[in-house]
Parts: sequence; structure tokens; C-alpha cells
Amino acid sequence: MQTSPVPQPQRIGVPRETFPGEKRVATVPDVVEKLIKLGFAVTVESGAGDAANFSDDAYRAAGAQIVGDAAALWAASDIVFKVRPPSSDEVARMREGTTLIDFIWPAQNPELMQQLAAKKATVLAIDCLPRTLSRAQKMDALTSTAGVSGYRAVIEAANAFGRFFNGQITAAGKVPPAKVFIAGAGVAGLAAIGTAANLGAIVRANDTRAEVADQVKSLGGEFVKVDYEEEGSGGGGYAKVMSEGFQAAQRKMYAEQAKDADIIITTALIPGKPAPKLITAEMVQSMKPGSVIVDMAAEQGGNCELTVPGEAVVRHGVTIVGYTDLASRLAKQSSTLYSTNLLRLTEELCKAKDGVALVNMEDDAIRGLTVVKDGAITWPAPPLKQAPAPAPKVAAPVVEKKSGHGHGTGAPMSAKTLTIVFAVLAVLFWAIGAYAPVAFLGHFTVFVLACFIGYMVVWNVTPALHTPLMSVTNAISSIIAIGALVQIAPPDAGVNGRPDGLILWLAFAALVLTAVNMFGGFAVTRRMLAMFRK
Amino acid sequence: MSQSLATVAYLGAAILFILSLGGLSNPETSRRGNLFGMVGMALAVLATVFGPRVSPAGVAWIVGALVIGGGIGLYAAKVVKMTQMPELVALMHSLVGLAACLVGFASYVDTSIQLQGAEKIIHEVEIYVGILIGAITFSGSLIAFGKLNGKIGGKPLLLPGRHWLNLAALLIVIWFGREFLRAETVEQGMVPLMVMTVIALLFGIHMVMAIGGADMPVVVSMLNSYSGWAAAATGFMLSNDLLIVTGALVGSSGAILSYIMCNAMNRNFISVIAGGFGSGAGTPAKKGEAAEPQGEAVPVSSAETAELLRDAKSVIIVPGYGMAVAQAQHTVYEITKTLREKGVNVRFAIHPVAGRMPGHMNVLLAEAKVPYDIVMEMDEINEDFPDADVAMVIGANDIVNPSALDDPTSPIAGMPVLEVWKAKTSIVMKRSMASGYAGVDNPLFYKDNNRMLFGDAKKMLDEVLTALKS
Repeated sequence: MQTSPVPQPQRIGVPRETFPGEKRVATVPDVVEKLIKLGFAVTVESGAGDAANFSDDAYRAAGAQIVGDAAALWAASDIVFKVRPPSSDEVARMREGTTLIDFIWPAQNPELMQQLAAKKATVLAIDCLPRTLSRAQKMDALTSTAGVSGYRAVIEAANAFGRFFNGQITAAGKVPPAKVFIAGAGVAGLAAIGTAANLGAIVRANDTRAEVADQVKSLGGEFVKVDYEEEGSGGGGYAKVMSEGFQAAQRKMYAEQAKDADIIITTALIPGKPAPKLITAEMVQSMKPGSVIVDMAAEQGGNCELTVPGEAVVRHGVTIVGYTDLASRLAKQSSTLYSTNLLRLTEELCKAKDGVALVNMEDDAIRGLTVVKDGAITWPAPPLKQAPAPAPKVAAPVVEKKSGHGHGTGAPMSAKTLTIVFAVLAVLFWAIGAYAPVAFLGHFTVFVLACFIGYMVVWNVTPALHTPLMSVTNAISSIIAIGALVQIAPPDAGVNGRPDGLILWLAFAALVLTAVNMFGGFAVTRRMLAMFRK
Repeated sequence: MSQSLATVAYLGAAILFILSLGGLSNPETSRRGNLFGMVGMALAVLATVFGPRVSPAGVAWIVGALVIGGGIGLYAAKVVKMTQMPELVALMHSLVGLAACLVGFASYVDTSIQLQGAEKIIHEVEIYVGILIGAITFSGSLIAFGKLNGKIGGKPLLLPGRHWLNLAALLIVIWFGREFLRAETVEQGMVPLMVMTVIALLFGIHMVMAIGGADMPVVVSMLNSYSGWAAAATGFMLSNDLLIVTGALVGSSGAILSYIMCNAMNRNFISVIAGGFGSGAGTPAKKGEAAEPQGEAVPVSSAETAELLRDAKSVIIVPGYGMAVAQAQHTVYEITKTLREKGVNVRFAIHPVAGRMPGHMNVLLAEAKVPYDIVMEMDEINEDFPDADVAMVIGANDIVNPSALDDPTSPIAGMPVLEVWKAKTSIVMKRSMASGYAGVDNPLFYKDNNRMLFGDAKKMLDEVLTALKS
């Protein structure tokens, strides 16, 4: 539509999800309102939000138009918001040149990509967002969906598990806390850790990426290390496939955890590959009866050998939950988050707020998202030029620089500087010694020593007292009054034609000025110090 | 009182001054330190008045001057608001500078002292240098006063070729110094002395005008140091050891404070004095190269802020000059009190150069009765930000700018900053998105865990307090 000469406000269509069991909806009424503010018109298929508890009336109240028929909706829409990848039927209903914003998974769905290209569509696959761009985080639907799934996984586990999560001591006896082991501390894993810890369970977690250990701890979990040295960060925040030696060590660790844990939640995924089989049949056998495994990787084949994708099964007395629709099982929450992600994306597409979406291929985030542009397949996007280099390396030396000021803990001066300083001082002192009269030297001695005393005394002042210190030194500097005092009326007045009158007035003025300083300075310091209290 | 007695009294006064500065190093002993200062000053003045250098005829004049000046001083000390402390201190520095000039002139025209040879030269050099420092202190402090209370804009005035101007001024001063020493009579010497004084005054104005608002803490403490050196020079001029000792104490104390301030900004003393930093207009050329902050600032309402604060277990408040301007310290204390009653751990993080003079924020918080043991220095608290639930920044900008650490091209690169972005949520209270004195954009505002609370600090905090109490 961006090719039309006069930009007309575009119509965003939100169809009902057709995938069996899918309860989510791509746009919620709150977001409809905001899309309309951006200048778009919004059409929603009747009943699209029913499964997520958003009624047609709510959409209508938000300003959306409701159509009863999916075909009519697809025909009328310039832009379509969806959750699941479109089915062949849906693609068939699509008008040529439509913009589709959706989960696409282009690597897994090459046929779908071809069909969409044939429709001359422009497709923004929300799953292809360059996640390392901090600017893109507000649009990161994978993260928001994973967060919901992680939460739901714990709820499913709790549902299938026959005991409390938290330890209790009751009149009816002592209840030990449940032990939860979480494999993979990505967004979903972290959400699961937080949820399980909040329910009171003892939570342990493992990830091949050692840097997530702190995140695990921050959510109340304990990080279990694999006894083998290898770094598992595969770029873009995903893990990579590990070496054979590592995998053996990892299996041993999982076997130990399986014996001990009541609940295992697995979230291990490697992009573009089947999920790694972390939990073997023997490990399942070794678990206590009544234990629960929630396999969040079920859709990609599962992390457990015995997982049946989409179902909850009992094997060797262990319930293995392989639901692939965890996010959909919390439809209202995940729809709200997802539609907010889409709204943020729309804002990026429509910076002018004139109801026309522009796909700007110069923008890194948009470029990454766009998998089909006007019928041409543009996936995969070239890697981002800007390397997501970790900043701490740069920051470290700078931080080093600051010495513990005020306490003389800085590094001692280098020998060279010290030599130069001493040399200069020696020359200066020699010059003074050679030419200055004795009387001056006496004063000079006093002066230099006083400078050192000042240095020693002031160096330890706490920063909180810098202002009072300045005001008291200011008051003390009115000692210059002595100079004025001795000039006002010395006993030798009039000697050698001394201009007594002039000096008297100069000294008098100087004395008034210093008196202001003297009394004012001490008084204000007193006032300030009186305020400092514990 | 004999000369010897007076000298012993001076020695006592000098010891009291040293004890006074020593006492100021700790809040527990600071009040006693101030008392020592007062006693020392009284001792010095009385010993002089009753000493051999003052004849009874002068006592009436002295009492008159002390009553007039003391009255003004006490009145000013009583009415000044704590937020105006930097201005008051700067103004007082200028008085010391002016007094040093006057004493210098008086000493020069005093013909009762007849010296010969090297002693005469040294005496005249002392007068010359004393007046020079006094004049620079006087005019520089006046400009600093004007800048601090907003009568003169905070932007640095950068004349073209200002370093050459300064150099020329220095050469002229040296040249006239030579002329001054060669003068046979007082009348002949007066001309170069006057010319030098005018140049020194202009130099003082130019020096402080060229310094940006962000560097004011350094300037105030530097002028403090100058007023001390002026006193020391006067001491040399009058052969008075007490003046020398006291001047040296004050001078070195001010110099150390300046050094500490420079360190806190990771800046070189020379470059601060050379000026130019802190311009609104001078930096944009650099800005283009620096990474533009990405993302958008998320505004938040005062009710939501109150909600965040109420839910937090640990809160760190970072006050800045904005709090001083808005006079918001009392409301901050009320909020602190309310939160502490609810069991929230509230602490304050003070950056060494927050505000317009060293320790400015501490004084304001103390005025608002915030206990000083929850007011932390940057080094003490910086590690605690990751454990804090909310970091609330009140009217500060450059001291919480992450680009100082991670953007080497930033004009403030390398300056230690308070790492508020490591807290779970940071809230920045500001009147607008405008950049701080350093003219640098602040990526903190665009961070995901940052919220902006726009509006006048006092007004917004009052709203937060009302929401907290309801």
C-alpha cells in the first residue's frame, strides 16, 4: 500500500486463530484503541478473543469493527496480525500485497514461505527479531511468550504434583519442601525459577552458559554447575551444541539431579535443531514415584526421551507433561503481552502516526523481522554489523582510576615524577637560601611547614563536611584582620611623613570587610554543624 | 601586653586553628572544631589590639569596625538559606580578597617602615603579590557569586584566544612588577601597582567567566584556597607569622579540596581552570560521534512512583542540584521518614560534585534533619545499587550518566558516576529531557528499567508523599 500516491489509513485485521486448541488472540481491546490513535482502522473477526476472555463488545467499545466471516476479514485487511503461522487456507484467503505480522518460523516452514511469496505479501516474522538490539526488546514476543510459558510450566507441574511446594511444619506433621530442578535458564527457565521459588520450593537450575548463574541466584535459585570447562554461549543469547566430553559430564549431573528432584522442568532449545535429549528413560526410572517432568521443549521433540508432544503421560510412575501450548493455556496474559509487542512494532513501522505502515529495510530491527518483502524472500537477514560487545571490558580500567579519595589510598607517585618534583623544589630552595635575607627565611620556614600541616589535617576530612570546612577556613582566613589592626593606629604614627589618615581609612575598610567574614563565617558554620546529627 | 606575650598568644591561636581544621574532619568533633576556630580568632584579635602595635587611639575605630562588620556578618549568617550557602561562601571569599588588597595598599603607602636592599625588594614583592592574589580572589569570587545565584549565566564565556589573553596579562603583570620595584618613590610605584591591580581584577573575572557551571565546586574551593594565599602573602608583607600560618593552612586546605573535586570528576586541575567544559554549545560536535542513546524514555506518574517506593525493600536516593533549586530537601526527608517507618531501608548516595560546592548536598540533607549515618559517599554505596529495588534520582544528571563509564568518546568519559541503572528500577525526577551542565545526553533515561518523573522536584515529591501517606 505504501506505493499508492495518496496514503490512505490502512486497515489492520485480527482473525480468529484457527489452529486447534489455540486460545490466544493477536490484539486485545486496549491495544486496538492505541492502534486507532496511530491512525489505523481495526477489524476483528467475531469471536477472535472469546477464548482469551475478550468479548466482541469489548473490541467494539475500543473502536474496532467486527466482521463475522474470516474470508471477509482477510479480503478487507491491509495488515493482518496473527499469533500462529497461517494455514494454507488462510494464505489462500489473503489479498495480494498484504502485510502479515506473525510468528512464522521460516526455517521450519519453507513451504509457507513460498506460498506467502507467491501472494506478493510482506511478512514480518516476530520470531526473527534481532534480540540483541536493546531497542528491539520492547517488541520481543519470544521473550514475553517464554515468560508466560515458564510460569505456566510450574503451574502445570504443581497441578500434577501431589504435594505442597513449600515446606511446612503443621500439627499434622512436617512437610518437606518440593525440590525443583530446571534445565536451561533462558527466559522461560528464569520465569519458572522465579515462580517455583515464590511457591516455596527448593529450586536448582543449570545452563550451559555460565554467565546466567547470577540471574539464577537473583531469582532465588541455586545454580548447579556441570563439572567440565567449556563456554556455551552461542551468540544472540542462545546456547550452542556442546562437546562430547561436556555432554558426558552433563548427563552424569542430570542423573544425580533426577534421583533427587521431585519436579524437573526442561527448557533446553538450540535454534534450528531438535531439542537435546537431556533426560533419558533410565533417569525417569530413577525418579521417585509421583514426580513430575514438564518438558517445555516438547514441540521441538522434547528434552526427555519419553515425552509425548501435546500430552501429559505417566511413565514409570512419573507424570511427563509435554504440552506444546503452555502460553495458550494462559491466554489472556499472553495475548495482552503479545499484542503489546505488536503495538510497539507498529509504532516503529508508523513513526508518522498517519495510519500507514512503512517497512524501512534500513532499520536493523525491521530488516531482521522482514522475511518476505513484496513477494521476495529476504530471509535470513544479514548479521547485524554492530557487534553486541560486552561493555565491562571498557568500563573496567576507567573504574580502576578512581582512588579512594580523601584517604590517601591512591597509588604512590612514580619515581620519575617524584625526582622531578624534588629537583624543582631543591633549586627553588637553593635560590631562596642564596638570596633571601635571614628574616624572610624564618617566615618562609613557618610558611612551608604550615602548608604541610594544612595538607595533613585536611586530607582526612569526610566529604560530608566539605562545605562546613570551607566555611570555617573562610572564617579563619579573616585572620587578615590582624593586618588591618596593626595599621589602624600604630605607636609610630606620623613617623617619616606616614599618611595616617589614608592608611586609617584603608585599614578601617579592610577591618569592616574581614569582620563581616569573621563573624558571619563562624556563625554560619555553627549553624550548619548544628544540623548534622545521627 | 609585651611583644613576647603577643607572639605567644599568636602561637596559641595558630594551634587552635590547626585543631579547628582537624576537628572538622568528623561530624562528632566538628562543633568543637568550630569553637576552637572562634577562640583562636578571638585570641588573635585581642592579642593584637592590646599588643604593642596598636595604640589606644585606635581602639575606638577597631571596635566600631568590628561592630559594623560583625553585625552584617551575623545577620547574613542568620538569614541565609542553606541552598544559598555556595553563594554566601563565594561572596565571603571576595571580602577577604578585597581586604587583602586594601591592607596591601595601606602597607605600601606606609612610609614608617624603611627598608634597604634585598629586604626592601622582598617587602615590595610581597606587597605586589599580595595585592595581585587579593584582586584575583576579589573579582573571581564576585563572578562566582553571580554565577551561583544565577545573576550571570552558567555557560562559560569563551573569548577567542583566551589562553593568549591570559598569557599577555601575565607578561604585563611581570613587566609592571619590574617597573614597580624600580620605582624610587611611593608616587612612582603607585602607577604600576594600580595597572597591575586592574589587570588582576580583569583576569579574575575572565578566569571564572570561562568556567562552566558543572565545575563550580572546583572554582569555589579554588577561590577558598586563593583567599588563604592572600592572607599568607599579607603575613609576609607585615612579617606576621600568625598570618602566614593561617593563610598557609587555608590555602592548602582549599587546594586539597579542589584536587579532591577534580579527582571526583576525573578531570585535570589545569583543564578545569583553562575552562570551557560544561558549555551547552561547545560539545554537539562531539556528540554526533558518540553513540546516540537508543530506545525511549518511559514517563511515570507520582502515584506510580509512590507505589514503587512502597513495594521496595531498599531505596537509594541520589540528590542533585535540582533538589537544591526546588528546595525539596524537607519533602525528601518526609518521604524518607515515612518509608523508614514502613521498614524500608532508605539511604542517600552523594556524588562528590553533586550541587554547586563541595559537600553541598550533605548540608542540605542535614538541614532537613536526615541522619548523617544514612547519607553515604559514592565509594561506600556504589556497590549496593544492584541490591536496591528503587534508585531515585532527584534533579541530578551528569553524575548518574552511564556513558561516563562505557562511552570513551563522551565528554565526561572516565568520571566516576553513581551506578543507579544497576538498581532494579531507577526513577529520574527532572523538569524535562534537557541535558545537564555538561551538555551530554544521558543514556540512563532510555534504559528499560528507568522511569522518568517529569515536573518540578518539590511539587512532584509532595505528590509522591501524599500518595505514600494515603
